[in-house]
Amino acid sequence: MLKIKDLKVEIEGKEIIKGLSLEINKGEVHAIMGPNGAGKSTLSAVIAGRDEYEVTGGSIEFDGQDIMDMAPEDRAHAGVFLSFQYPVEIPGVSVTNFIKTAINESRKAKGLDPMPAKDLLKLMREKQALLEMDKQFMSRSLNEGFSGGEKKRNEIFQMAMLEPKLAILDETDSGLDIDALRIVANGVNKLKNEDNAVMVITHYQRLLDHIIPDFVHVLFDGKIVKSGDKNLALELEEKGYDWIKKELEA
Amino acid sequence: MKLQDKLIHSFEKFGQSLSGSETDSLRQMRTEGIEVFKNLGFPTTKDEEWKYTSLNKCIKRDYDFGAEFSLDIRSEDVDRFLCTGIDSYKLVFVNGVFNDSLSNTTQQDKFFVSNLKDAYEGKSDLFNQYYGTLADKELSMVGLNTAYAQEGAFIYVKAGAVVDKLIQILYINSDSSRAMMNQSRNLIIAEDRAEVQILERHQSLSDEYVFTNSVTEISVGKEANVKHFKVQNDQDTASLVDSTFVKQGTKSTALVDTFAFSGELTRNNLHFEFTGEHAEAHMDAITLLKGSSLVDHHTFVDHAVPNCQSFQLYKGIYDEKSKGVFNGKVMVRKDAQKTNAYQQNNNLLLSDFASIDTKPQLEIFADDVACSHGCTIGQLDDEALFYMRSRGIPEKEAKAFLMFAFAGDTLKNITIPELKEQLVNLVARELKVDLELN
Repeated sequence: MLKIKDLKVEIEGKEIIKGLSLEINKGEVHAIMGPNGAGKSTLSAVIAGRDEYEVTGGSIEFDGQDIMDMAPEDRAHAGVFLSFQYPVEIPGVSVTNFIKTAINESRKAKGLDPMPAKDLLKLMREKQALLEMDKQFMSRSLNEGFSGGEKKRNEIFQMAMLEPKLAILDETDSGLDIDALRIVANGVNKLKNEDNAVMVITHYQRLLDHIIPDFVHVLFDGKIVKSGDKNLALELEEKGYDWIKKELEA
Repeated sequence: MKLQDKLIHSFEKFGQSLSGSETDSLRQMRTEGIEVFKNLGFPTTKDEEWKYTSLNKCIKRDYDFGAEFSLDIRSEDVDRFLCTGIDSYKLVFVNGVFNDSLSNTTQQDKFFVSNLKDAYEGKSDLFNQYYGTLADKELSMVGLNTAYAQEGAFIYVKAGAVVDKLIQILYINSDSSRAMMNQSRNLIIAEDRAEVQILERHQSLSDEYVFTNSVTEISVGKEANVKHFKVQNDQDTASLVDSTFVKQGTKSTALVDTFAFSGELTRNNLHFEFTGEHAEAHMDAITLLKGSSLVDHHTFVDHAVPNCQSFQLYKGIYDEKSKGVFNGKVMVRKDAQKTNAYQQNNNLLLSDFASIDTKPQLEIFADDVACSHGCTIGQLDDEALFYMRSRGIPEKEAKAFLMFAFAGDTLKNITIPELKEQLVNLVARELKVDLELN
């Protein structure tokens, strides 16, 4: 589904991703772990199409299509979803209006008519329940004044509504208390099926206790330096990242 | 001949034919008005109040005025500039002349909605009591308007009365054979506890240049409530100088809400004065410009008595080579203790060639007051834009959402749902998106 080959990315002349390759197939859950500054968030932003980053080498294919020159909205329509580490507050746009527009723009891109209001409402209720969100939430301004937990739940709610093929969760566990973590992870697990894939970017093991990865990759200094199964995450949790550094230096 | 000379000369020649008999006060006002204009001339950028806005281009052109313009117009041409879907009283003026058949006036015990000229003839006591008493006679544009003004809106609401419908004032310019200068004039009187809501629009239908110099006087009695909405969405061959003077009595509320979306040059002079305590003034505005349009908002709030509040919320979005000016002056006089004056001007510049000059001016002579002002100039937030696009909302639509989110709080004082919806749709149309923004 996602094929990244020898990707190199710069921002303001500084190389952040230094030759990264990664392949994610449908039905898989991949965890990307690594210390601060390793390039984890850059990787997610580049896949989603943020244009502040300059791709200087390599390729990204999604569903067999080169997406490098595609606008972020086109990538979204193709099925890429990024859950933000810091969801942006947009006063004056309600959650309902935002998600309705996102869904209908996506349908428009596929040549479909807007979703009938009744169906949309039903779908929203269903996904709201999944994320244990109350009704008032929907009429509030997008992310404005939301707690950290509410913001992340709102991200997963949008993911549930948009049903992406590939969901990238960028540090979705940061700023979450135990209950919110459980709700969010439960939401992701319910949405997971054999036709979609999840890429979890995280510092810590704790989210991976809930969302069990098939593969764990260690991103270090712009490259994937080690890959393994879920046990690698446990090992990292126990030993920290220093041993990887030492292993690399050896 | 220069426009200024032409205006003076023509008044000397034809002034007699304007309404007002030789002995009455209106004729006297006209004569004084042209004298002021003769002495001061058109404002120039040397004048501190006109520093950022030059009328030069406008006044270099030749305009016809007072001539016989075509009055033919189809009602379809008019309807699309009116707020539809609600019952309203309407005053429609075509090329400066009141059009009875397109209008919907009323003469009731409790309120009148009519042409100013008819009020001068039929309601002379009321007319004389208020006309010319609120506008600042020392201003040259007011002088010029007073000299020539014939037609316009006359709205009178008796004490305790509530006007049951929105009143729409529409000035249409349709003559496509020559450039035209207009002097439109509105007089709005809301007596004690009266309530009225008004929508005013100037609209050109031709490609010829139009220069409108408009004066509005609004008297707001004790505990009265007046809302006046101005839609300035004219062709880029149309220029407007709008001077509005509001005088408010005890515990009254007044709102002037301006939607400035286009036009070659638009200058809004907005004066508020409190004569009674515990009165509230609201000024809201969205300015949404592109091309080389210029909109200049000059506000002046005179807190002469204690315990009054004024709120100014001006949001501006400037694209391409457009230009904005906001100059907000608040005067808190010595006796005006417990004044609460709030002023906010936030701007987005979408292009490297757009500009905004913003200048708050607070003059405070009382010591127990709460006054605040703030102005910001920024760009659309890239992070927010990326966030929306990453959810599948295309760039243009995402920008529209962000702009509406930026400016939408200026709509909070609109209580007529149909009017609000149409104004929101107008914003969406300006942003060229088919979205439910609100």
